[in-house]
Amino acid sequence: MHSEAAIREPLILGHKTYHDITSDIVSPIENKAPRGWYILFTIAALIAAYGTGCILYLISKGIGVWGLNKTVDWAWDITNFVWWVGIGHAGTLISAVLLLFRQKWRMAINRSAEAMTIFAVIMAATFPGIHMGRIWMAYWVFPLPNQFGSLWVNFNSPLLWDVFAISTYFSVSLVFWYIGLIPDFATIRDRVTKPGMKKMYSLLSFGWTGNAKAWTRFEEVSLVLAGIATPLVFSVHSVVSMDFATSIIPGWHTTIFPPYFVSGAVFSGFAMVQTLLLIMRKVMKLESYITIKHIEYMNIVIIVTGSIVGVAYITELFISWYSGVEYESYAFINRATGPYWWAYWSMMTCNVISPQLFWVRSWRRHLGFTFFMSIIVNIGMWFERFVIIVTSLHRDYLPSSWNMFHPTWVDVGVFLGTIGIFFTLYLLFARFFPVLALNEVKSILKTSGESYKKQAADHSHH
Amino acid sequence: MANKVIYAVYEDPEQLKDGARKLVSNGVKVKDTFSPFPIHGIDPIIGVKRTRLAIAAFMFGITGTCLALLGIWYFNIFDWPMNIGGKPSQALYKNLPAFIPVTFEFTVLCAAHGMVITYLIRNKTLPGMPARNPDPRSTDDKFIIEVRTSDNHGHSAEAITDLMRSTPVFEINERQY
Repeated sequence: MHSEAAIREPLILGHKTYHDITSDIVSPIENKAPRGWYILFTIAALIAAYGTGCILYLISKGIGVWGLNKTVDWAWDITNFVWWVGIGHAGTLISAVLLLFRQKWRMAINRSAEAMTIFAVIMAATFPGIHMGRIWMAYWVFPLPNQFGSLWVNFNSPLLWDVFAISTYFSVSLVFWYIGLIPDFATIRDRVTKPGMKKMYSLLSFGWTGNAKAWTRFEEVSLVLAGIATPLVFSVHSVVSMDFATSIIPGWHTTIFPPYFVSGAVFSGFAMVQTLLLIMRKVMKLESYITIKHIEYMNIVIIVTGSIVGVAYITELFISWYSGVEYESYAFINRATGPYWWAYWSMMTCNVISPQLFWVRSWRRHLGFTFFMSIIVNIGMWFERFVIIVTSLHRDYLPSSWNMFHPTWVDVGVFLGTIGIFFTLYLLFARFFPVLALNEVKSILKTSGESYKKQAADHSHH
Repeated sequence: MANKVIYAVYEDPEQLKDGARKLVSNGVKVKDTFSPFPIHGIDPIIGVKRTRLAIAAFMFGITGTCLALLGIWYFNIFDWPMNIGGKPSQALYKNLPAFIPVTFEFTVLCAAHGMVITYLIRNKTLPGMPARNPDPRSTDDKFIIEVRTSDNHGHSAEAITDLMRSTPVFEINERQY
């Protein structure tokens, strides 16, 4: 049997059997939810309801109720869109890229990270939808035969690439997630006794048997999906960045955007995973499965991607000067010293300086500090998109049209609303779905479980 | 003699593999195994062939590439070539760089969904299908070998169970069918 080096920290703490893993993960689904869940769910649902109200108001009145003006004609909506898509990237990175690299620590976090991805992408897709103004005509983004003669969508446009990238990304992430869920739903189906639940999980588990051939196919499908989801995840945020990079606006027109956006996406996505998992491991008592080591690994990814983001910011700044294009230089001088200096320096502090604090080992293994940092990173990444979008637009070539952007209550309400909807969906997931990939965690128990590692170590000493 | 199906239940995937090896080396045909997670290395022991799903995914992907290019050529080059920002749509090969993102996304879309649908159909796991594992514990913590007497005319049911008992088995169940 494959055994693991003794110096690697165990990924499953304590003495667990296969049955313990099933019980630990399935019993919160079988039993009544703790009070904390109801409190959190009520808060999230109220914010979600308020946000839905704002969205309905927006659709009925038109996007004039946002704070957009003639100069700043893209602001919070696209900022929120890019922010949410970025957050989504961590889930696919964990489930696909780390699978290809055979990282065992992904087993405990991939399920909830993928759920986060799916919900974040739904929130992201809301924004271009409502920004259309006439959302009932949203199907016009697809190349469908129509009554206007030969009127087709423009395949040369990055906005259309986005339609294909986001819809492919969403649907592929969803099936990837569901394929992994089927065997775990079968575990719940075979365990629960209440007839209603049994029926529901029977339906969800699609009659999974777990025979040898089914598992062979399962592993092949997981591997191939990971293989094609890996370039997909990199393509999605590259395409999002091209919405800006292929334009001729100073501050947007830069070739560094695709890699810079992708690393920023992974950076913010891991921060959101930390925020969610740190709460979840506490509330659902998953400390044996989502260990300090898992948190540390994710913080290391945050240092790496945060450093790439930092290098990208500085490169962008250098090139704006080195290019000798005065409009480009002005766009960057204006970002750092103009009326939006506070947004620029918040971004720089949160994204460039703060992740470097994780070089201290005891800090990146500290739960409270990690939680605080995960919030800081997400604030910083929101400001990054705001800075790129609004500061590049608000002072254009004609100084007479220079303007500021002031969000209205609808801007704020829609943004908060998507956070509410996101948490509502996530809390429903945590209540009714297996939050850990049972079948995958069980498969590493004998190699990475604490008590088994200790046994193996004792064995080799004698 | 009535046909019997015999289940050897193990508590560990390695023990199951040892058991399967012993049965197979004694000429017993193992029908199938059931487990809560993949048992690596069981396939060659019990003679499960490699799946061709990856080939299917490749075929679906290539189909997606061709469909995307054909569609884009028809929409933007043949049916209604547009000149946007002084960048006319003249020929597929001239505009190809701008068409790559959608072609790539559509390739991935077709490969992923085509493969997953094939996977669900081949596994007979579809919405509404009943559970078909012999023992509910096989999705929790038990690893089960299934042997059918109808596959093993050279061995009596007793001989097979004796053989199973000589392996680190947890329990043995028999059923008529």
